Order: sequence, then C-alpha cells, then structure tokens
Amino acid sequence: MTLELIWFLLWGVLWGVYFVLDGFDLGLGTLFPFFAKNEREKRVLYNTVAPFWDGNEVWLIAAGGITFAAFPKAYAIMFSALYAPLLIILFALIMRAASFEFRNKVDSNGWRNMWDVFQFLGNFIPALLFGVAFANIFQGIPFDADGVYHGSIIKLLNVYGLIGGVFFVINFAMHGAMWLSLKSEGEIQERAVKYAKNLWPFVVALALAFLAATGFYTDLFKNYQNNGVLLAVPAIGVTALLMVRIFLAGGRNHLAWISNAISIFFVIMFGVIGMFPKLLPSNLDPAASVTVYNGASSTLTLQIMLGVVAVIIPLVLLYQLWAVRLLLHVVDDEVLDSDESY
Amino acid sequence: MDVVMLSRIQFAVTVFFHFIFVPLTLGLSVLLAIMETMYVRTGNEMYKRMVKFWGKLFIINFTLGVVTGITLEFQFGTNWSRYSEYVGDIFGSLLAIEASTSFFLESTFIAVWYFGWKKVSKKVHCACIWLVALASNMSAYWIIMANAFMQHPVGYKMVDGKPQLADFFAVMFNPYGLGEFAHTISGSWMVGGIFVLGISAWHILRNNEMEIFKSSFKMGATFFLIFSITTAIAGHHQGQIAAEYQPAKLAAMESHWETGTNVPMYLLTWPNADNTGNAIQALPIPGALSILAYNNPNAEVIGLNDIPAEDRPPVLPTFISFRLMVALGSFFPLLGIAVFMWRKKIEEKKWLLKVMPWLIPLPYIAIMLGWTVTEVGRQPWIVHKLLRTSDAASPVEASMVVWSIVAFIVIYTFLGVLDIYLLRKYAVKGPK
Repeated sequence: MTLELIWFLLWGVLWGVYFVLDGFDLGLGTLFPFFAKNEREKRVLYNTVAPFWDGNEVWLIAAGGITFAAFPKAYAIMFSALYAPLLIILFALIMRAASFEFRNKVDSNGWRNMWDVFQFLGNFIPALLFGVAFANIFQGIPFDADGVYHGSIIKLLNVYGLIGGVFFVINFAMHGAMWLSLKSEGEIQERAVKYAKNLWPFVVALALAFLAATGFYTDLFKNYQNNGVLLAVPAIGVTALLMVRIFLAGGRNHLAWISNAISIFFVIMFGVIGMFPKLLPSNLDPAASVTVYNGASSTLTLQIMLGVVAVIIPLVLLYQLWAVRLLLHVVDDEVLDSDESY
Repeated sequence: MDVVMLSRIQFAVTVFFHFIFVPLTLGLSVLLAIMETMYVRTGNEMYKRMVKFWGKLFIINFTLGVVTGITLEFQFGTNWSRYSEYVGDIFGSLLAIEASTSFFLESTFIAVWYFGWKKVSKKVHCACIWLVALASNMSAYWIIMANAFMQHPVGYKMVDGKPQLADFFAVMFNPYGLGEFAHTISGSWMVGGIFVLGISAWHILRNNEMEIFKSSFKMGATFFLIFSITTAIAGHHQGQIAAEYQPAKLAAMESHWETGTNVPMYLLTWPNADNTGNAIQALPIPGALSILAYNNPNAEVIGLNDIPAEDRPPVLPTFISFRLMVALGSFFPLLGIAVFMWRKKIEEKKWLLKVMPWLIPLPYIAIMLGWTVTEVGRQPWIVHKLLRTSDAASPVEASMVVWSIVAFIVIYTFLGVLDIYLLRKYAVKGPK
C-alpha cells in the first residue's frame, strides 16, 4: 500500500511541476496580444520563452507517461473520456511550437501575424482546457464500470469546470508576466511587473472562488476533514499566493515568481490529495471510480519505476536548473540580433 | 467505418508524419556531434560555420519531431484505451522511462546547445550536442523495446487475463527489439548521411562554400556507406527474427502460401485480392526463401495456408512494402560505394551532384515501407498472439475520431509543407 501511496503522490507531483513550468509559457502566450505593442516587443516575448518551452513540455509527456505506467486504467479512461479536450490541447500545443520555430523564418508581416495568432491560441486554449479538465476530474467524470464515457464537451463546460479554467488562465497569465519581468529590462520589465500586480487581485479572487466552489461541487474536503494536518497544503498554496504581492511590492521579482510557483504546485496537490484514494472519480457510478487500489500497476512495475524515477528526476531537476540559470539572461538587443534568436 | 479502422487510420497518419522528422534527428545529431568535435579538436572556424549551418536545419526539423511525438503518447490513451489498460503494466513503463531518461536530456541540452554558444566553453558546448545525440537515440531504444513487446511479448506472466511484468531485463533486452533497434538506427543514420550528401551536392555544383560542403560531403559519404551496409545486414537479421517469432508475417512478406522445405523465392509474385493465394507466381530461385529465412536450403518455411484465415495479416500491402523496401535497400549500398569512391573528386561528377538532392527522399520512403511491413504484418494482432487489434480501441464515438483525423490531416499537411519549404529555403541559403 505504501508503494501505491508514493506513486499517487508522485503522480500529483509530476502534474504539479508541469503546471509550474509550462504555466509561465502558457500564461505569457495568453498575454501576448495584449502586452506586445510593436515588433520588437513581440520578439522579446518570444525569446524569453524560446529556450524553455520544450523542456517544460517534456514534463507533460512525463506526467502522461507516469500515469500510463503506474495507473494504466486511469490513463486509459482519463484520456479516452477527455478525448475532445485533450486533442484540442494537443493541436494547440503543436501550433504553439510551430509558432516559435517558424515565425521569424520568413520576412513578411502576414506570415508573422498568422503565427502570432497561433502563439496566442496555442497557449490560451491549453491553459483554459487544462483547468476545465482538472476541475472536472476533481468533481468526477460520467463514465460507467466498463470505462465508457457518457458525457460531452459541453457538459465539461459546467460552472465548476469553467471556474477552474478561468482560474488557470488568469493565474498562468500572472505567472507569465512575472517570468517576463525576470527576462526583460527597462519599460517592458516595469510594465510586466505592473501586469502582475494588476492581475494579482483577480488571481486571489478566483483562488477563493475555486476553493469555495470545490467545497460546493466536490467532496475533496472530506480528506481534509478527516485529517486536519492536511489543511497545511491549501494553506501553503494560499499563503504563497499572498506572498507574491508582498514580494512584488518589494521589487523582489525572482521571489515573487518562485512564490507563485509554490502556490500553483500546492493548488494542484490540494486537489490530488483531496481525491485520494481516487485517481479518477466517476460521478455516474461511484463504484466505477479508478482508485489506487483497483488501478495501479503490479508491485514489480511500481518498484522498478520508482527506482528509475528516484534516480532520474532529481538529476533532471539539477540539469534543468543549471540550464535555466545559464539562459536566464535578459533578452536585450544583443540577444535579439544573434543568429539563434526567434 | 468502425472506430477500430478509423483509429488505425489516425495512428498511421500521425505515426508516419512523426517519422518524417525522427530519422533525421537521430542521424544528423550524431553527424553534428562529429562535426563539432572536429571543431574543438582543430580549432578551425570552418567547422564552426559548418555546425551552425547544419544545426539550423536540424532545429527546423527537430521541433516538429518533438511536438508530433506528444500526439503518439496521448493517442494510446485517447484511441486505444482497451490496449493501454491491457498492456500498461509493461508498455506504459517503457514510455515513462523513455520520457524521463531521454526527452528531458534531449530538450534541455538542445536548448543549451542552440542558445548557449557564448554561455559555455567550447568543450561543454560540444558535450551538449553529444548528449542530444545520445538522448534521441536512447529514446529510440525505449520506444522500440515497447514496440517489440507488441511484436514478440516476453518477460510477462498472465494475471487476471492481462500480461504483468515478470522479468524486466527480458523486456529490456527483447531479442526482437534488439534487431529492430539495429535496423531502425542504421536506417536513420543513413538518412542523416543522405541529407548532408544531397544538400552538399547542391552547393558543390554551384561552387558555393566549397570548403564546407566538400568536407561535409566526405563525412556524409562515409556515414552513408557504413550505415547503408549495416541497414541491409540488420534488415536481413530482422527477417530471420520474423521467421522465428512471427511466421505469419514472414509468409506475408514473401506472399508464401504452401508450407514446405527447400522453398524457392519467386522473383515475379502478386498476391490475389482475397488474401487466399497468389495470382501470379513465376521465376523461382530454388531454395532461396529457405536460405534467407534460416540459412539452410532444406529448412521448412510455414506458408499462409497453414495459418487460419482470421490470423493472417493483409498480404498485399505487407508484400508490396517489403519488396519495395528491399529494392531500395539494395540500391543504397551501391550508391554508398559510388559517393564514397568519388568523394574526393566529387565536383567532377556533375551528373551525380545533380541527382543527389533528389535522392534524399528515398531512404525516408524505405523507412516508411519498413514500418508498414512491421506493423501491417503484425495484424490482426496488436500484441502478438495475446490481443487482437479489433479488441483494443477506445469506446469512443466514430464521429469523434472522424473529426480528429480531419484535423490531424489539415494541421499536419499545413505544417509539413511549411517545414519542407523552410528546410529548403535555409538549405539553399547556405552558411552565413
């Protein structure tokens, strides 16, 4: 049982890290059409994310892969039930990647404008739909004991799902604005901080609305009622979010970003821990829910995979941190003029 | 059309499109690493310009390879949920290991390599591209071992009607997969070779940057020659593995119907449309099929008539793909010998320089044909002898799959055309 519990938490951790990291790309891309006023500013925005989007997106592949390996039944039902939103997310991510790579390779305004549209949609749509999808998972998805889904994409866009979606979009947008503040200088940097400050009250309001709606639409709080210590998880999430504003006011933009990263991570963990032992609750037939008891892989697979993950993931974090520090320089004229810029 | 057929079409579309980009990533990353090592060793700036030129093309190709790969991982769940639930214990682990050991390494170091020319020392920079080459080729290993489990399941025990991991090392060193890996990697490195050869030839013909492109041509020629030969050898080995583990596939590859010993190979063969026999069968080479499959003219080769009709793969596409692949695979070593022999005086062979760029697609086509043989020849099984493809699809509505196929085709066609246009544009533009 301990093994299943470890895997359950790891499953949440991987999704959490994915949203922390890709969150800033998705958010900055969502802000893109509102923020960037001229061609130079657009290029600054592209180049603040260019070296990172790929490494960030691998966390999605890892989270998907871990779901598949450790909880095949959850992977099978989650991905087939959410067929439409997942494929739309996928198409959006594909176009986003292409927008980085292709935009600067043909000298034409029409060409660049087209990729700017894809940059926006390719970031906004996944941010929104991931929020919708996770909120729906928290409240349960209509599938039967045979794993057959009895809902539709319209049903996913329910009140709680939409609150989740908007919360993700606005939170990621603030996350992205703060990322921009770390990678830019001068007027752009000032404006990025201003965006973050202006978005902050909305993020707080949405976070509170999301928590309240969670109490109303889901039974996530049951685990917290049974074990009050666990309330530390949402408490850390909320505290970190409040700290963001204090750090921003103090001009400590790095800490503000990190604080929001912690906040995003703990919000995801709040949901995941609340679902335990369910990975995928069914609201059609609660007995059909996929849990760590009926959905986990064999002990041998879980042991081997734990060995792999225990060695590899810390190593990945180390070299990704090294790479980020190396490339966390301000996007200035020298960067924009280099051969490698986008 | 039912969900199974639609999902098969969608998988075929997305996997073939993904595999337009993968072989070049596998092969060119190694060539880039060799080029940059030359730069670090000699300090000659010519090599740096060479690396930057091929590096730009590498990145244009790489990006689409990455994003179209995510499609595949998602698709096992979206379209093949019954399959995913059935094999997740083993297949899912291999995918997760692929992501954690290879994709992180690849994506992080490609960024440091591409954006970090001024940020790290020459040696560290060179180490980055070696890590990218290692990571991408390692990812191929894991995904091929996952595929090998579908071809020849090993290292499992049946628990509650599903295969469960029993011996990880058996899965990791599946003999079927080792053969597939050798064949796939060789073929991909051959693609890297011909890509460099074709574009170099174009520039040499125009007397453009002769130093860079003649040097590139020489490297490409050596690479192409070596790996066209290893591809053929590994391919032959692959056929023998199929004979051992998947007799139905081998019989379909050769359109061989009557079990017997000392089986000939018919140069002229055409299977009939009903999947029941050959419409044309002439010009036998005595004993050739027995020798090819088992190195022994007296060996028995099982024919399709001894395999129940419901267990036979579709013979026509398997057979045609196999024959065409073998024809191409026999031509490549000859081409390899030609470019290698003339590599030092290639500017004198104007006709070959003119033809070379047009030959770039050929190894790609051979690889697609090879995967068609492997995957269509595995039918009707999704996991050989354990699970039928018809029992593996998700319980989703056919209309959903129809719209996603349409969306994939529209998006992929759009991106594929633009990518080839940009590759051509930057290939023709030459080094800065």
